[in-house]
Amino acid sequence: MDYATLLQILDSTLRLATPLLLACIAGLYSERSGVFDIGLEGKMLVAAMCAGAVAFYTGSAWIGALAGIAGSLLFAAIHGVTSITFRGNQLIAGVALNFLASGMTVLVAQSFFGQGGRTPPLEGAARFNPIHLPFAEAVKDVPIIGTFYHEVISGHSILVYAAFGIVALTWWVLYRTRYGLRLRAVGENPAAVDTAGVSVKGLRFSAVMITGILCGLAGAYMATALQAGFGKEMTAGRGYIALAALIFAKWRPVAAMYACLLFGFFQALALRPDVVEAVVQFKVPVPFLDALPYVLTVLVLAGFVGKAIPPRAGGEPYVKER
Amino acid sequence: MDRLPRWADVALVPLVSLTLAAILSALVIIAIGQDPWEAITVMVQGSVMNAYGWGYTLYYATSFIFTGLAVTVAFHAGLFNIGGEGQAQLGGLGVALACLFIPWPHWTLALIGAACGAALFGAAWAAIPAYLQAKRGSHIVITTIMFNYIAASLMIFMLVDVLRPPGKMDPATDNFPAGTHLPSFNEIPGLNLIFTSGVPANVTFFIALIMAVVVWALLWRTRLGYQIRAFGKSEPAARYAGINPVRIIMIAMLISGGLAGLMAINNVMGEAERLLGNSASGAGFIGIAVALMGRNHPVGVVLAALLFGFLFQGGAELGLWTKIPIELRTVVQGLVILFTGALDMMVRMLLVRVFAFFRSNRMEAA
Amino acid sequence: MADAAFAIELKGISKAFGPVQANKDINIAVPKGTIHGIIGENGAGKSTLMSILYGFYKADSGQIFVNGQLTPIPDSQSAIRAGIGMVFQHFKLVQNFTVLENVILGAEEGQMLNTSLAKARSELERLARDYELDVDPDALIEDLSVGHQQRVEILKALYRQAEILILDEPTGVLTPDEADHLFRILKGLKDQGKTVILITHKLREIMEATDNVSVMRRGTMVATVKTAETSPEQLAELMVGRKVLLEVDKGVAKPGEVVLKVEDLRVRDEHKVERLKGVSFEIRAGEILGIAGVAGNGQTEVLETLGGMIRATGKVTMKGQPLPLQGKGADGQSRREAGIAHVPEDRHHHGLILDFTAWENVAFGYFNDPQYQKNALFMDNDAIRADTEKKMATFDVRPPIPTLAAKSFSGGNQQKIVVAREIEQNPALLLIGQPTRGVDIGAIEFIHKQIIALRDAGAAILLVSVELDEIMSLSDRIAVMFDGKIMGFRDPETTNERELGLMMAGVTGKGEAA
Repeated sequence: MDYATLLQILDSTLRLATPLLLACIAGLYSERSGVFDIGLEGKMLVAAMCAGAVAFYTGSAWIGALAGIAGSLLFAAIHGVTSITFRGNQLIAGVALNFLASGMTVLVAQSFFGQGGRTPPLEGAARFNPIHLPFAEAVKDVPIIGTFYHEVISGHSILVYAAFGIVALTWWVLYRTRYGLRLRAVGENPAAVDTAGVSVKGLRFSAVMITGILCGLAGAYMATALQAGFGKEMTAGRGYIALAALIFAKWRPVAAMYACLLFGFFQALALRPDVVEAVVQFKVPVPFLDALPYVLTVLVLAGFVGKAIPPRAGGEPYVKER
Repeated sequence: MDRLPRWADVALVPLVSLTLAAILSALVIIAIGQDPWEAITVMVQGSVMNAYGWGYTLYYATSFIFTGLAVTVAFHAGLFNIGGEGQAQLGGLGVALACLFIPWPHWTLALIGAACGAALFGAAWAAIPAYLQAKRGSHIVITTIMFNYIAASLMIFMLVDVLRPPGKMDPATDNFPAGTHLPSFNEIPGLNLIFTSGVPANVTFFIALIMAVVVWALLWRTRLGYQIRAFGKSEPAARYAGINPVRIIMIAMLISGGLAGLMAINNVMGEAERLLGNSASGAGFIGIAVALMGRNHPVGVVLAALLFGFLFQGGAELGLWTKIPIELRTVVQGLVILFTGALDMMVRMLLVRVFAFFRSNRMEAA
Repeated sequence: MADAAFAIELKGISKAFGPVQANKDINIAVPKGTIHGIIGENGAGKSTLMSILYGFYKADSGQIFVNGQLTPIPDSQSAIRAGIGMVFQHFKLVQNFTVLENVILGAEEGQMLNTSLAKARSELERLARDYELDVDPDALIEDLSVGHQQRVEILKALYRQAEILILDEPTGVLTPDEADHLFRILKGLKDQGKTVILITHKLREIMEATDNVSVMRRGTMVATVKTAETSPEQLAELMVGRKVLLEVDKGVAKPGEVVLKVEDLRVRDEHKVERLKGVSFEIRAGEILGIAGVAGNGQTEVLETLGGMIRATGKVTMKGQPLPLQGKGADGQSRREAGIAHVPEDRHHHGLILDFTAWENVAFGYFNDPQYQKNALFMDNDAIRADTEKKMATFDVRPPIPTLAAKSFSGGNQQKIVVAREIEQNPALLLIGQPTRGVDIGAIEFIHKQIIALRDAGAAILLVSVELDEIMSLSDRIAVMFDGKIMGFRDPETTNERELGLMMAGVTGKGEAA
């Protein structure tokens, strides 16, 4: 494998890691607050559909993204009401919302566009197009570093850079602000937060809504940046892989970034049968390549995590007890 | 909080949940510009108003009983098996291999052989996530979902590259030999008086009912079932009582996977008579809704499976006769899981209020 | 009108949980600058009352006056604003946070953490000086001893400028020495003009530390008296509503052969920390060995190792037969087969499955028992139900309904179900942890009698309890544990609480053991 191929793969790694990263950080807020969210997948899917449809009508990727966030927020609200207000089973709620999303997106897209559950292809300003970073052209001939900057770092849509910005922001919020302190506390021991006179439900709701917003961005990215429009089941398990990355990262933002880059790299590899074959020295059937990210996800969960200790109060609805 | 009478707890709570899901589904149909009354008419007409419709409804229900029982057994062990879909597909592979490569003299023997193959392959597919949960603590929900995706890829590989007969284009196995044909309802003496034209419902339906009884006996009448339920309710208490967690997780998941796999004798052997791509067509996921609606009890599972059989057959009719996309089924499925599984408490609180209201009225009257 | 001389005045407070009336028309007045005790049995409604005062529960009716002002307290925030602080029995601390982070949680200054942390640090230094409340502000809670964790809870309240401090059963987890330190802190607070409300079920603490005492029984307030004008006997009678025997009636033990021999028992937890550091002892037939110690010093590990719940190293023999401590045979089933019965310390998490019915719980751990099987395949549920009825009658479990879910029974009756199940096995060795935790006095007497009857029938009994009184009155020999080791053995007839208390704190006068 030569350097140019490596750069290509790293370039797709960044593109493919972005929706994982947005969804993973989304999940981090919810789970840190003590609400498990297996419904990242569904929220992304809804957001992708909303973003694809609205971007098509308005011709603006930005308005599309807002619509995606709105759709995702609606689902987040249902998740919040179910698991916080009515203390329902968080896993089951998430699974239900995933099915709801899977059906609703196709139902709506079909009744609006009649294209078999897809939204029409997007072009121009209806998509988030690549941004060329300053000096990318100037340094592209500088060996190694220059080409790396030009090929890998530069030339992505704004959402890719935003995703990495959100990692930094999340780290700062989590460890440097009052909100972060309370968020971490409520996922570990809600009774401590409650007796300190802070609303457990309020905190958890806010976290679940932030999850909604970030999943909205992840879905919008899928439909208006990574692809040109929404397609049936287009998230293809990314919500679950993001969750696996979150566990792998032990619910920490910076580690989550590395985990998502790793999983993005797996996905990028699956797209390059030629490279995989060159490495393993025999022809790998395409279905195996398709399964590669999922297999590697299982391996990572099984092998490297060790005992990942989730937020202690995670998954448990809060009931006052003495 | 006041308690509900037992009958309300057992019957009313699921019924109210179901009604809520139905109302929301109707709203969804209105929202996409269609007529919910027309929809329900088409669904009822096409699924339960004649023997032909019943032949399909019961066929679907058969599959859902298996997958619903699969989810139920795992649930009692405190495990959420979302991998029924992949396990059912692997079960299909087991059936196909048994039917294609062993010359069966009679369908009864073929049925036993294929059932073993189906259960074995389904169980094997559940074994890996089960082992990872038991030994490594890998979250079984995520691993079983991953295994659904992996199963899909594996099946494509098997059908395209391995089992596809030479010269054929579509990714499917050869037709099974005639000796493996399972009697459909229209071929069973007695039943053929009711089911006069060819229907997919077949003898597997009765096996599903037997399995429901077996699962009931297993969970509430055997030591193993007792241990599974105890472990599912409280893992630390199980450790105190000397119940081996690894053993229970493995056994419960193997049974669960086996049951999901068994579904394949209905659709692969009983209906298609060859293995096609995406053979489980969502039945594994519907098992989750069926189990939750059936409150994880085999009787409830059978009833809920019948309801989903109706929904599935009716939904297919919708696709044929109306402009409502067939995905409505998935929406309803999601709503049913949401209301019966996660919003249980809301329905209960609602009913407690209603009961309290009537009680106080009665007291005032007296 | 309320009197401003009272820091707290409650009028007509009632609170029901479903059919259970936890508080009935409670009236109480706490004078400013005093230490006021509230005493009562488990389930008398003390904690509920204080939770209402702290805004954790809402009262169904009644009024709260703080410093003479009618003050509605709908939530904890209002209680904090009214100058009320509470130290709960189960601490409300975030385990993986530092002391500082726990102290500022909910009382931060502005959005950024840095300023809050800096302010809290200097404030903590001041409080530590004023009240003997020193803790390392940067230590993680999970690394602190319970005594220090409790200080953090007090610091939390003082940091929020609490003038009225409520402590719910504060000494349950402390050594006598730590308890003395706590009472010194409370006296210091009182001297500074603060008001302290001390909830406890221990008469001795009331007599030592309080100015006034209110007695609760079954949800009602039965009396409020000056501590100096009452006696432990009078208080006990007020609590229970009848004369109580504070001593257990028991004959002299007649120890027989050695049943259990434990040598150099060692246990490491999941973080590889050694929790048992070479424990050795033996118990004879017809003898009760009591293990005293502050919770968390290895007693739990001793019980759980012998009960087959956790892995260990060392050598354990039961009537000469080695008991496996690792791998196959080191599980609860094998232990039961070897004749060991186990009443675990925590009935909610270990001893019972709360969602199971009483009869299913009676078979818990004994589901392989031949008398419960119909044939090779099926269990005989009718037989288990019949057996449950019998056990419920013998142990006076109320209500005697085998099909009722375990969670529907009161704490005392739940414990009777567990004790009945284990004692009726007629074990050669009974492991019993916290036999009377959360159990009312009537049931305590009954359970104590059953334990002694089993001893007199020739069983060896290992008793673990954090209640020193219980250890002193039941045991034939006492072992004291500290930091994963046995500090020494004592004869209950010749030792006293002071000596045991020092040993529980790791101090040995004679330089033995360890």
